[in-house]
Amino acid sequence: MSKKHTLIDLNPPKHAIASAISSRYDNKPDALLEILHDIQHEMGYIPEAALPVLAKALNISRAEVHGVVSFYHEFRRKPAGRHVVKMCRAEACQSMGSNELAAAAEKTLKIRFGETTSDGSITLEAVYCLGLCATSPSLLVDERPMGRMTAEKFQALAAELAS
Amino acid sequence: MIKVYVPKDSAARAVGSDAVADAIEAEAKAQNIAITLIRNGSRGMMWLEPLVEVETPEGRLAYGPVSASDVKALFQSKFLDDGKHPLALGLTEELAYLKNQERLTFARCGITDPLSISDYVAHGGFAGLKKALVKTGAEIVAEVTASGLRGRGGAGFPTGIKWKTVCDLKASQKYVCCNADEGDSGTFADRMVMEGDPFMLVEGMTIAGIAGGATQGFIYIRSEYPDAINVMKDAIRIATKAAWLGHNIQGTEHSFSLEVRRGAGAYICGEETSMLESLEGKRGMVRAKPPIPAIQGLFGKPTIINNVLSFAAVPYIMAEGGAAYKNYGMGRSHGTLPFQLAGNIKHGGLVEKAFGITLGQLINDFGGGTHSGRPLRAVQVGGPLGSYLPASQLNLPMDYESFAANGAMVGHGGVVVFDDTVDMAAQARFAMEFCAIESCGKCTPCRIGSIRGVEVIDRIVAGVERDKNLVLLDDLCQTMVDGSLCAMGGLTPMPVQSAVKHFPEDFDRPAEMVAAE
Repeated sequence: MSKKHTLIDLNPPKHAIASAISSRYDNKPDALLEILHDIQHEMGYIPEAALPVLAKALNISRAEVHGVVSFYHEFRRKPAGRHVVKMCRAEACQSMGSNELAAAAEKTLKIRFGETTSDGSITLEAVYCLGLCATSPSLLVDERPMGRMTAEKFQALAAELAS
Repeated sequence: MIKVYVPKDSAARAVGSDAVADAIEAEAKAQNIAITLIRNGSRGMMWLEPLVEVETPEGRLAYGPVSASDVKALFQSKFLDDGKHPLALGLTEELAYLKNQERLTFARCGITDPLSISDYVAHGGFAGLKKALVKTGAEIVAEVTASGLRGRGGAGFPTGIKWKTVCDLKASQKYVCCNADEGDSGTFADRMVMEGDPFMLVEGMTIAGIAGGATQGFIYIRSEYPDAINVMKDAIRIATKAAWLGHNIQGTEHSFSLEVRRGAGAYICGEETSMLESLEGKRGMVRAKPPIPAIQGLFGKPTIINNVLSFAAVPYIMAEGGAAYKNYGMGRSHGTLPFQLAGNIKHGGLVEKAFGITLGQLINDFGGGTHSGRPLRAVQVGGPLGSYLPASQLNLPMDYESFAANGAMVGHGGVVVFDDTVDMAAQARFAMEFCAIESCGKCTPCRIGSIRGVEVIDRIVAGVERDKNLVLLDDLCQTMVDGSLCAMGGLTPMPVQSAVKHFPEDFDRPAEMVAAE
């Protein structure tokens, strides 16, 4: 999500978004993961400012919210690039050369897993299985699945996503 | 109007089925041909995806693998009328891969429109639930027990016993939870059910609800499955509207509602107690057992927890009777298992067969050997916590007991094939590394042992006091087995020790070879 530079900030503050999403789930503490998913979907990450808001709304401690956010690999603590590429690093993909593909992807994007390209276009993340194990190696671009990935196809994909 | 089927299964989408569907619609429009395009589930022949099917009076004609650039030529060869195009495969039902299967759970997947209730009912859907609606909980439990169904998530615990425990308890609220956190690499049967035949899962869970006296169910789906999440949510909405879910199902006194909850990238949440914690909005920390979840599960209430495939087997069992299901299989492994052929395999996909088929039959007869064409060296069965088996063990029958007797497990039926380029020391190291990444951290042998395991394997491979370190690795593995609450720490030694046992040469390479790499 690119940052807009305007004189007046029209975006509602982060804590207001968090609070609105929480009330969507009736502030039920068992819905914390769902709430965090929605926050990340809308903002691209879980901002620190959301934590105390959620703790208050769900009537749990801030430590508990922090504990959940930090436990799950899916939740991001800092903003992501415009596109998120989740590359499978598990065994079925390994059997079809995903380790070599992963190294090539890092080289193409000039970043390591967990990082975002300098132009802010792509965040590269490791996942363990996408259920696309008969068409490996596989990855997910935002929510689009892609199989039979190669280093060459990845280069083309990276160029497409950066444009 | 001619019906054309193009799968929307994410494995088909991953190889371009969306573009194929768009191209077919555009070309049909341009040529003024009226077609109905249906986005079905996958037939499970992944090497043929995108698999396009055309309905004819003789049956469906299959074409595959089709790419968007083939579509014009398909229309030129009049593929809607006859199967003369080079991509034509003949009638889908006559393809040996499908014909030689015993599809009970996957009888409908790829045939129907996944979100059409009328399609579902026309193909036998809700027949099991209709019977269940007029039975008592105990009668349903008896039928499931008679089927011999065992938990398809991997542990193989008898489903009937689990359900009976919940059925017999008195409680103000009970729950049904579906574990759809299919995290094992090489498995995708749950995903295919949810994307391709979602009402079957709705039906199976509703039957479980009636059996156990539960009125609320949750489906915990991993966030790595965005398509499955969307389809299941739609299916629940549609089924509720059609009174197959919600209050007074089909006018009876039974009520059952369902909700989808998303996981968040934690493999450990496939462990049932960890999943319960996650469903309660907490860190996915494993709980000590007892109490078992059937007695104190979600929010401390009696809870039926099963895998997608266990619930999905139930509609057939209710419709056809437990005895019909039990007729399949061998020994104490009754019924069928949807096996998933994955990794370096020529004909990867879903093969539903009765227990008892050998690993070699699956890999060679169905799978056609390796994708690379190189010799097969190792097979990992049952996910990242399953053993690595050498080519010499391909004669093992797929059956819970036979595998256990050979230090392996059937698990969720995932079969991952590796060719002779695989480095088994690297695979053993990865097993420990994966455990370190995914451990919930509750048990020290799992949390710390896995990190030490990576280090010990590194020393073995580097040739540092190799014999002593191999003994140390064995000792560490034993500590993990003995000192972990759940399968994460308890089974990680399986891939590690099986790799050492069957492929010792990979752990004993000359030091200069290691240094040269």
